[in-house]
Amino acid sequence: MLNYQLDKAFAALADPARRAMVERLVQGPATVSELAKPLPMSLPAAMLHLKVLEESGLVTSRKLGRVRTCRIDARVLSQAEQWVGERRQMWERSLDRLGAYLDQTKPEDQG
Amino acid sequence: MPRSITHGSFTIIRHWNHAPTRVFDAFAKQDAKAKWFAGPPGCQLYDKSFDFREGGRETLSGKHADGKVTTFDCVYRDIVAPTATEAGRIIYSYVMHLNGTKISVSQAAVEIVPETGGTKLVLTEYGDYLDGYDDAGSREHGTNWLMDTLGKSLEG
Repeated sequence: MLNYQLDKAFAALADPARRAMVERLVQGPATVSELAKPLPMSLPAAMLHLKVLEESGLVTSRKLGRVRTCRIDARVLSQAEQWVGERRQMWERSLDRLGAYLDQTKPEDQG
Repeated sequence: MPRSITHGSFTIIRHWNHAPTRVFDAFAKQDAKAKWFAGPPGCQLYDKSFDFREGGRETLSGKHADGKVTTFDCVYRDIVAPTATEAGRIIYSYVMHLNGTKISVSQAAVEIVPETGGTKLVLTEYGDYLDGYDDAGSREHGTNWLMDTLGKSLEG
Protein backbone atom coordinates (compact mmCIF):
# COMPACT_ATOMS: atom_id res chain seq x y z
CA MET A 1 0.00 0.00 0.00
CA LEU A 2 2.78 2.32 0.98
CA ASN A 3 4.63 2.09 -2.28
CA TYR A 4 1.57 1.69 -4.49
CA GLN A 5 0.43 5.29 -4.21
CA LEU A 6 3.99 6.47 -4.66
CA ASP A 7 4.35 4.29 -7.76
CA LYS A 8 1.24 5.90 -9.22
CA ALA A 9 2.57 9.36 -8.46
CA PHE A 10 5.92 8.63 -10.08
CA ALA A 11 4.30 6.96 -13.08
CA ALA A 12 2.22 10.09 -13.53
CA LEU A 13 5.40 12.17 -13.38
CA ALA A 14 7.17 10.04 -15.96
CA ASP A 15 5.86 12.26 -18.76
CA PRO A 16 7.36 15.68 -19.56
CA ALA A 17 3.99 17.32 -20.24
CA ARG A 18 2.65 16.16 -16.91
CA ARG A 19 5.81 17.30 -15.13
CA ALA A 20 5.38 20.71 -16.73
CA MET A 21 1.81 20.83 -15.41
CA VAL A 22 2.92 19.87 -11.89
CA GLU A 23 5.72 22.42 -11.94
CA ARG A 24 3.20 25.07 -12.92
CA LEU A 25 0.75 23.99 -10.22
CA VAL A 26 3.38 24.07 -7.49
CA GLN A 27 3.36 27.84 -8.01
CA GLY A 28 -0.40 28.00 -7.43
CA PRO A 29 -3.77 26.89 -8.83
CA ALA A 30 -4.36 27.21 -12.58
CA THR A 31 -7.20 26.66 -15.02
CA VAL A 32 -7.11 23.81 -17.51
CA SER A 33 -6.51 26.19 -20.40
CA GLU A 34 -3.68 27.92 -18.53
CA LEU A 35 -2.07 24.53 -18.02
CA ALA A 36 -2.56 23.48 -21.63
CA LYS A 37 -1.44 26.74 -23.24
CA PRO A 38 2.37 26.37 -22.99
CA LEU A 39 2.25 22.74 -24.08
CA PRO A 40 2.70 21.70 -27.72
CA MET A 41 -0.57 19.78 -27.86
CA SER A 42 -4.30 20.16 -28.27
CA LEU A 43 -6.58 20.96 -25.35
CA PRO A 44 -8.16 17.46 -25.41
CA ALA A 45 -4.68 15.89 -25.29
CA ALA A 46 -3.73 18.09 -22.35
CA MET A 47 -6.95 17.10 -20.60
CA LEU A 48 -6.00 13.44 -20.93
CA HIS A 49 -2.68 14.15 -19.20
CA LEU A 50 -4.52 16.05 -16.50
CA LYS A 51 -6.75 13.04 -15.98
CA VAL A 52 -3.67 10.86 -15.29
CA LEU A 53 -2.43 13.39 -12.75
CA GLU A 54 -5.84 13.45 -11.06
CA GLU A 55 -5.99 9.67 -10.93
CA SER A 56 -2.56 9.60 -9.30
CA GLY A 57 -3.92 11.89 -6.60
CA LEU A 58 -1.25 14.51 -7.22
CA VAL A 59 -3.72 17.02 -8.63
CA THR A 60 -7.31 17.87 -7.79
CA SER A 61 -9.65 20.03 -9.83
CA ARG A 62 -12.91 21.85 -9.25
CA LYS A 63 -15.30 23.23 -11.79
CA LEU A 64 -16.75 26.64 -11.12
CA GLY A 65 -19.18 27.71 -13.83
CA ARG A 66 -17.41 26.95 -17.09
CA VAL A 67 -13.90 27.11 -15.68
CA ARG A 68 -12.12 24.11 -14.21
CA THR A 69 -9.38 25.06 -11.76
CA CYS A 70 -6.62 22.62 -10.82
CA ARG A 71 -4.37 22.55 -7.80
CA ILE A 72 -1.60 20.35 -6.45
CA ASP A 73 -2.61 17.98 -3.66
CA ALA A 74 0.31 16.73 -1.62
CA ARG A 75 -1.96 14.59 0.54
CA VAL A 76 -1.20 11.81 -1.92
CA LEU A 77 1.98 11.50 0.05
CA SER A 78 0.67 9.86 3.17
CA GLN A 79 2.41 10.42 6.45
CA ALA A 80 4.33 7.20 5.99
CA GLU A 81 5.36 8.06 2.47
CA GLN A 82 6.58 11.44 3.62
CA TRP A 83 8.57 9.84 6.38
CA VAL A 84 10.07 7.21 4.19
CA GLY A 85 10.62 9.72 1.42
CA GLU A 86 12.48 12.11 3.69
CA ARG A 87 14.59 9.43 5.30
CA ARG A 88 15.32 7.96 1.92
CA GLN A 89 16.23 11.38 0.53
CA MET A 90 18.55 11.97 3.48
CA TRP A 91 20.31 8.73 2.63
CA GLU A 92 20.41 9.42 -1.10
CA ARG A 93 22.15 12.72 -0.39
CA SER A 94 24.58 11.14 2.06
CA LEU A 95 25.44 8.38 -0.40
CA ASP A 96 25.92 10.99 -3.15
CA ARG A 97 28.47 12.64 -0.87
CA LEU A 98 30.06 9.28 -0.05
CA GLY A 99 30.44 8.52 -3.78
CA ALA A 100 32.05 11.92 -4.35
CA TYR A 101 34.34 11.40 -1.36
CA LEU A 102 35.45 8.01 -2.71
CA ASP A 103 36.12 9.58 -6.11
CA GLN A 104 38.20 12.37 -4.59
CA THR A 105 40.29 10.13 -2.38
CA LYS A 106 40.85 7.29 -4.84
CA PRO A 107 44.44 6.03 -4.55
CA GLU A 108 46.34 6.21 -7.84
CA ASP A 109 47.45 2.58 -7.75
CA GLN A 110 43.82 1.50 -8.06
CA GLY A 111 43.54 3.31 -11.38
CA MET B 1 -0.93 14.36 18.80
CA PRO B 2 -2.40 10.82 19.01
CA ARG B 3 0.00 8.00 19.79
CA SER B 4 0.70 5.98 16.69
CA ILE B 5 3.35 3.98 14.90
CA THR B 6 3.77 4.13 11.15
CA HIS B 7 5.90 1.38 9.66
CA GLY B 8 7.97 1.87 6.56
CA SER B 9 10.94 0.45 4.75
CA PHE B 10 13.06 1.31 1.76
CA THR B 11 16.12 0.09 -0.10
CA ILE B 12 18.75 2.13 -1.94
CA ILE B 13 21.28 0.47 -4.25
CA ARG B 14 24.46 2.17 -5.46
CA HIS B 15 27.26 0.93 -7.70
CA TRP B 16 30.72 2.46 -7.31
CA ASN B 17 33.98 1.74 -9.08
CA HIS B 18 35.81 1.64 -5.77
CA ALA B 19 37.10 -1.32 -3.77
CA PRO B 20 34.74 -2.74 -1.11
CA THR B 21 37.37 -2.13 1.59
CA ARG B 22 37.42 1.59 0.76
CA VAL B 23 33.65 1.79 0.96
CA PHE B 24 33.73 -0.02 4.31
CA ASP B 25 36.42 2.34 5.63
CA ALA B 26 34.21 5.32 4.77
CA PHE B 27 31.74 3.95 7.34
CA ALA B 28 34.30 2.61 9.81
CA LYS B 29 36.62 5.59 10.28
CA GLN B 30 35.33 8.70 11.98
CA ASP B 31 37.26 11.25 9.93
CA ALA B 32 36.21 9.57 6.66
CA LYS B 33 32.56 9.29 7.72
CA ALA B 34 32.49 12.94 8.74
CA LYS B 35 33.25 13.82 5.12
CA TRP B 36 29.89 12.53 3.90
CA PHE B 37 27.56 11.67 6.80
CA ALA B 38 26.23 15.08 7.68
CA GLY B 39 22.96 16.92 7.76
CA PRO B 40 21.57 19.00 4.92
CA PRO B 41 23.43 22.18 3.82
CA GLY B 42 23.50 24.79 6.57
CA CYS B 43 23.20 22.16 9.30
CA GLN B 44 25.65 22.76 12.16
CA LEU B 45 26.85 19.55 13.77
CA TYR B 46 27.83 19.20 17.41
CA ASP B 47 27.92 16.65 20.23
CA LYS B 48 29.54 13.92 18.17
CA SER B 49 30.64 10.53 19.41
CA PHE B 50 31.84 7.56 17.38
CA ASP B 51 32.54 4.03 18.58
CA PHE B 52 32.51 1.73 15.56
CA ARG B 53 32.36 -1.79 16.97
CA GLU B 54 29.57 -4.23 17.77
CA GLY B 55 27.70 -2.77 20.72
CA GLY B 56 29.42 0.58 20.18
CA ARG B 57 27.49 3.81 19.91
CA GLU B 58 27.53 6.74 17.52
CA THR B 59 25.72 9.98 18.24
CA LEU B 60 25.37 13.12 16.21
CA SER B 61 23.32 16.26 16.82
CA GLY B 62 22.66 18.92 14.26
CA LYS B 63 21.08 22.35 14.31
CA HIS B 64 19.40 22.96 10.96
CA ALA B 65 19.19 26.23 9.09
CA ASP B 66 15.54 26.63 10.14
CA GLY B 67 16.46 26.22 13.84
CA LYS B 68 15.24 22.68 14.37
CA VAL B 69 17.56 20.30 16.20
CA THR B 70 17.84 16.63 15.27
CA THR B 71 19.84 13.96 17.04
CA PHE B 72 20.93 10.59 15.71
CA ASP B 73 21.70 7.91 18.29
CA CYS B 74 22.92 4.62 16.89
CA VAL B 75 24.16 1.28 18.22
CA TYR B 76 26.14 -1.01 15.93
CA ARG B 77 24.78 -4.56 16.05
CA ASP B 78 26.72 -6.47 13.42
CA ILE B 79 29.93 -5.51 11.66
CA VAL B 80 31.63 -7.69 9.06
CA ALA B 81 34.41 -6.14 6.97
CA PRO B 82 34.33 -7.07 3.28
CA THR B 83 37.26 -8.57 1.43
CA ALA B 84 38.06 -8.28 -2.28
CA THR B 85 35.82 -11.28 -2.93
CA GLU B 86 33.43 -11.54 0.02
CA ALA B 87 30.64 -9.20 1.03
CA GLY B 88 30.71 -7.27 4.27
CA ARG B 89 27.90 -5.66 6.23
CA ILE B 90 27.09 -3.13 8.88
CA ILE B 91 23.80 -3.43 10.77
CA TYR B 92 22.77 -0.82 13.30
CA SER B 93 19.70 0.40 15.08
CA TYR B 94 19.10 4.05 15.70
CA VAL B 95 16.76 6.54 17.30
CA MET B 96 16.07 10.01 15.93
CA HIS B 97 14.92 12.95 18.03
CA LEU B 98 13.49 16.19 16.66
CA ASN B 99 13.67 19.12 19.10
CA GLY B 100 13.90 16.67 21.98
CA THR B 101 10.98 14.49 20.88
CA LYS B 102 11.63 10.91 19.82
CA ILE B 103 10.33 10.61 16.27
CA SER B 104 11.59 7.27 15.01
CA VAL B 105 13.24 3.98 15.87
CA SER B 106 14.91 2.32 12.90
CA GLN B 107 17.13 -0.52 11.89
CA ALA B 108 19.43 -0.18 8.91
CA ALA B 109 21.56 -2.77 7.11
CA VAL B 110 24.35 -1.72 4.79
CA GLU B 111 25.63 -4.52 2.55
CA ILE B 112 28.95 -3.92 0.83
CA VAL B 113 29.20 -6.41 -1.99
CA PRO B 114 32.23 -6.84 -4.28
CA GLU B 115 31.34 -6.80 -7.97
CA THR B 116 33.34 -6.59 -11.16
CA GLY B 117 35.15 -3.27 -11.21
CA GLY B 118 33.98 -2.13 -7.80
CA THR B 119 31.31 -2.36 -5.16
CA LYS B 120 27.56 -2.65 -4.91
CA LEU B 121 26.12 -0.99 -1.84
CA VAL B 122 22.65 -2.01 -0.68
CA LEU B 123 21.14 0.01 2.13
CA THR B 124 17.87 -1.25 3.59
CA GLU B 125 16.14 0.61 6.36
CA TYR B 126 13.09 -0.39 8.36
CA GLY B 127 11.58 2.26 10.56
CA ASP B 128 8.88 2.78 13.15
CA TYR B 129 7.89 6.40 12.80
CA LEU B 130 6.26 7.61 16.00
CA ASP B 131 3.18 9.65 16.82
CA GLY B 132 2.43 11.15 13.48
CA TYR B 133 4.19 13.85 11.65
CA ASP B 134 4.85 16.51 14.23
CA ASP B 135 4.95 19.42 11.85
CA ALA B 136 2.15 21.77 10.87
CA GLY B 137 3.87 22.26 7.52
CA SER B 138 3.84 18.59 6.64
CA ARG B 139 1.92 18.99 3.41
CA GLU B 140 4.30 21.65 2.24
CA HIS B 141 7.14 19.41 3.27
CA GLY B 142 5.73 16.54 1.24
CA THR B 143 5.46 18.74 -1.81
CA ASN B 144 8.99 19.99 -1.37
CA TRP B 145 10.22 16.45 -1.12
CA LEU B 146 8.30 15.46 -4.20
CA MET B 147 9.70 18.39 -6.13
CA ASP B 148 13.25 17.71 -4.98
CA THR B 149 12.90 14.12 -6.05
CA LEU B 150 11.38 15.19 -9.34
CA GLY B 151 14.22 17.64 -9.87
CA LYS B 152 16.78 14.98 -9.20
CA SER B 153 15.13 12.58 -11.62
CA LEU B 154 15.23 15.29 -14.28
CA GLU B 155 18.91 15.99 -13.69
CA GLY B 156 19.75 12.30 -13.90
